[in-house]
Amino acid sequence: MPTAVRMPALSPTMTHGRIARWRKSVGEKVASGDVIAEIETDKATMELEAADDGVFGRVVVPEGTNDVPVNEIIALLLNDGEGKEALDKAPPKGPAPEPKPVKAPPAQKPVPIKEPTKPKAQSTEPAAAGAMVTQTVREALRDAMAEEMRRDPDVFLMGEEVAQYEGAYKVSQGLLAEFGPRRVVDTPITEYGFAGVGVGAAYAGLKPIVEFMTFNFAMQAMDHIVNSAAKTLYMSGGQMPVPIVFRGPNGPAARVAAQHSQDFAAWYASVPGLKVISPYTAADAKGLLKAAIRDPNPVVFLENELLYGRSFEVPTGDYVIPIGKARIAREGRHVTIVAHSLSVAHSLAAADELAKDGIEAEVIDLRTLRPLDLDTILASVRKTNRIVSVEEGWPTAGLGAEIAALVVQHAFDDLDAPPTRVTGQDVPLPYAANLEKLALPKPEHVVAAAKAVLYR
Amino acid sequence: MRSSMVTKTTKSTKPNGGSGGAQHSRDELLRYYRDMLLIRRFEEKAGQLYGMGLIGGFCHLYIGQEAVVVGMQAAITPDDMVITSYRDHGHMLATGMDPKGVMAELTGRTGGYSRGKGGSMHMFSREKNFFGGHGIVGTPASLGLGLAFAQRYRDTSNVVLAYFGDGAANQGQVAESFNMAQLWKLPILFIIENNQYAMGTSVARSSAQTQLSKRGESFGIPGRQVDGMDVLTVKSAADDAVAHARSEGPMILEMMTYRYRGHSMSDPAKYRTREEVDKVKTERDPIDNVRDRLLKAGVDESELKTIDREIKDRVTGAAEFAQQSPEPDPSELYTDILVDA
Repeated sequence: MPTAVRMPALSPTMTHGRIARWRKSVGEKVASGDVIAEIETDKATMELEAADDGVFGRVVVPEGTNDVPVNEIIALLLNDGEGKEALDKAPPKGPAPEPKPVKAPPAQKPVPIKEPTKPKAQSTEPAAAGAMVTQTVREALRDAMAEEMRRDPDVFLMGEEVAQYEGAYKVSQGLLAEFGPRRVVDTPITEYGFAGVGVGAAYAGLKPIVEFMTFNFAMQAMDHIVNSAAKTLYMSGGQMPVPIVFRGPNGPAARVAAQHSQDFAAWYASVPGLKVISPYTAADAKGLLKAAIRDPNPVVFLENELLYGRSFEVPTGDYVIPIGKARIAREGRHVTIVAHSLSVAHSLAAADELAKDGIEAEVIDLRTLRPLDLDTILASVRKTNRIVSVEEGWPTAGLGAEIAALVVQHAFDDLDAPPTRVTGQDVPLPYAANLEKLALPKPEHVVAAAKAVLYR
Repeated sequence: MRSSMVTKTTKSTKPNGGSGGAQHSRDELLRYYRDMLLIRRFEEKAGQLYGMGLIGGFCHLYIGQEAVVVGMQAAITPDDMVITSYRDHGHMLATGMDPKGVMAELTGRTGGYSRGKGGSMHMFSREKNFFGGHGIVGTPASLGLGLAFAQRYRDTSNVVLAYFGDGAANQGQVAESFNMAQLWKLPILFIIENNQYAMGTSVARSSAQTQLSKRGESFGIPGRQVDGMDVLTVKSAADDAVAHARSEGPMILEMMTYRYRGHSMSDPAKYRTREEVDKVKTERDPIDNVRDRLLKAGVDESELKTIDREIKDRVTGAAEFAQQSPEPDPSELYTDILVDA
């Protein structure tokens, strides 16, 4: 039987096309790959190639015909040894029969949105291995990196001013002296480029820690964080893990104005394939950075410049905290306050204030923003029936919006008041001291929000 | 060695001619013929499957550029690493990836290298040291540099071939990568496949310096323009460049090549004339070139026909596999997002 030549789809969206010209005529020999026609769509003129060898037998749709549907038979090729009479045994005109499905197509039920799953890691806080020491967040981060670099020769640190300068914020103090320039690598000021170098090194199996002087500058590197790091395991069908940590200070510092003062938590937390951590205490900074470095996935680790110098009690020894677990920073039964990073400090200060009025606030330090520890949030809301979220980021499509949506969806009947957000104002951060103050969340805003959901 | 390379750059304003009278064995030529033909036939088949609606989305064919990747691959070892952008099917086949797995990825089936979740532009093979397949223009330069960084870190003697196009050469991260590559003297070759058009924009309309091999000059990276339509010229340039990368550091090879097809499957083809395309096809086709050499060297036409048939069968087999392999199970939607820690 002659071979049918069908109207091809030449672009992702083509449904109809015009036969502009036949390039072969009846009786001519045709080899696979020969151009046999020119097809026009509204966008392009394309060449149609023969998929088979044979002799051009018949034009079914003549030159100049418009609106020929895709898959319609447009010509017939005679196979070797076939005579013209075979043309009449050609397959019927019209679209090709539906290809046999190889597998029954799945029912087109909408796939439900999967909630952040419970982390598989141990759910209890590790017991402090040894004694406690008082440390700044800065020192805790440094110790976390040093300990992991001692433990695993594939771990290295790269970024601007991380080596000789010992960190723009002195987080990598002493690392060059201990590990040398092979493992503590100063880069040029070239965020997009060196983020790509880090991801490529992770493709090859190393475990880079890429420091951004601040996450404001990582905006140039976001392509590699999202496109090259977060998506690669999926796009490779599970072949290519990307074990890398991107870390540095995030969020507003002090008086550095709009371009140096942005909280990117919600941006990164929206990306599947990333884990996102934003600690408050030095102990969490240490335990979670160690976990991040050991994690086989890309982790965005958001620090805060204003917290670097604050001191906390930190367990000594190999202290690793599971990613994906929130921490109850203060227990209470009247209202739940969820926060991360510096906002935890504001929330704890607010809780002290609220206590003076007899209000017992429960403060949850999220610590990990992706995957979000929804269980801990919901358990608290079921107890307090009220929730306030606190973040320095902008309100629109922020973390607070996500938390409110999840709480409404999962604990609607437990709520006695609408979930309420305390956020940075919806403006670029101003420089003027008085305006800057107005733009950022403060404990009094948290107090006011907590009282509002308590109708007090 | 580096200084001699630099001299070559400054002198060479035209593509390198010929292969310097080097002797090439019949077996070597036959291997190039076979490898290039496999890519050509594979890509033609991919174009046909696209026309039948079996391949979706973007599909960038490598037809016309086969000599570049085949000549480069012949100069490296299996331990060396390869990374490229989205016109990547030829690179995969040249590294020895199975045409069945590549074609099944194009049709989005479980038998594909990414089990159907990556598609034409996103395939990887750790086994063959092929690191993608990247859809964002310019990224292979910095990602490839990371692979090279890891070779230095682990003190291996491996080199990295990072391929990208003439259009990508204008991306900022490419310049950033040149800088770090030479600063750290990393073992990488930046292979600019100059097929003259970035989608529909010619090099002359996009680039202040149209000799892309010179793009490394201000970083001190030697560059060389090479006739990318002649596999023997490519191989000979690759031998020098790979040796340079292993011992000295980065180098740029600007491969003067040409794609016969559109940028992707939907291409208005209004930015160049049919005559221009036909002229390259008839005068500079990389496969015809090797075929002529083989015939002149006394290889029997029937032997070539046997190879043609073999390749056709392999590609037909790949296309059949790619249609029979099942679509991913719906449960695959939520797998491979994270590695279990």
